[in-house]
Amino acid sequence: MWYYEKKLQYPVKVTECNPRLAKYLIEQYGGADGELSAALRYLNQRYSIPDKVIGLLTDIGTEEFAHLEMIATMVYKLTKDATPEQMKEAGLGAHYATHDNALFYHNSAGSPWTATYIQAKGDPIADLYEDIAAEEKARATYQWIINMSDDPCLNDSLKFLREREIIHSQRFREAVEILKFERDRKQIF
Amino acid sequence: MSHSTPYNRYELMEKIQMVDFALVELTLYLDTHPNDQQAIQQFNQLAVESKEYKALYEKQFGPLRQFGASFSGYPWNWIDSPWPWQL
Repeated sequence: MWYYEKKLQYPVKVTECNPRLAKYLIEQYGGADGELSAALRYLNQRYSIPDKVIGLLTDIGTEEFAHLEMIATMVYKLTKDATPEQMKEAGLGAHYATHDNALFYHNSAGSPWTATYIQAKGDPIADLYEDIAAEEKARATYQWIINMSDDPCLNDSLKFLREREIIHSQRFREAVEILKFERDRKQIF
Repeated sequence: MSHSTPYNRYELMEKIQMVDFALVELTLYLDTHPNDQQAIQQFNQLAVESKEYKALYEKQFGPLRQFGASFSGYPWNWIDSPWPWQL
């Protein structure tokens, strides 16, 4: 089971209300390479992956939920004081019409989250390669959002998340090597 | 951890976030390097430090962890604000 902790993994501060940035950030909430996809992808792949790497998928999957909460906090803080007019100007008019200022799992273009964003192939190497690709795509997305953001407080938290994608990618690469080593070891009699 | 002056809420939370981040990082590292004795030693040392900071925080600001991993005051104070996104 999981235990909730009343603590963000890393502090999230924003300089000012900025629904435009929230619109971009929602990509990492309910988008294809976002944190929800990541958490659900890894925690679901655990059941059919070799024992040697179940711990890693469990721990990275769990950390992704902490990242999801950080993104939610950013979006919440960037939009909580936004007027309907400001939401409209930021391109969030369609969001406001359905959700008011509530968060929802969709990408920055408004498409709802779908399980087709993730895969579980049962083949451990195929699954881990997907995970590495997902981390690299998430890292790139964070970079593109940082490039468009002029909020130094927000960028500090986004840089933390960008660095975590790099670490996760590297750990998944090590997991691939562990499985290859195990496979080759079993062939020696 | 040897600190006698009281921290404010944000300072103490930041201490916890720092220690816990090191623990997350060491956890992922040890998942793929399970024989690194020095890292395990560091992990166990930081786990003690994390517990100490959290006990200090909870005494002043209420429970951090759910389902019995933290103690409650009276009345039941798990449900008290602020939640992490409100802090």
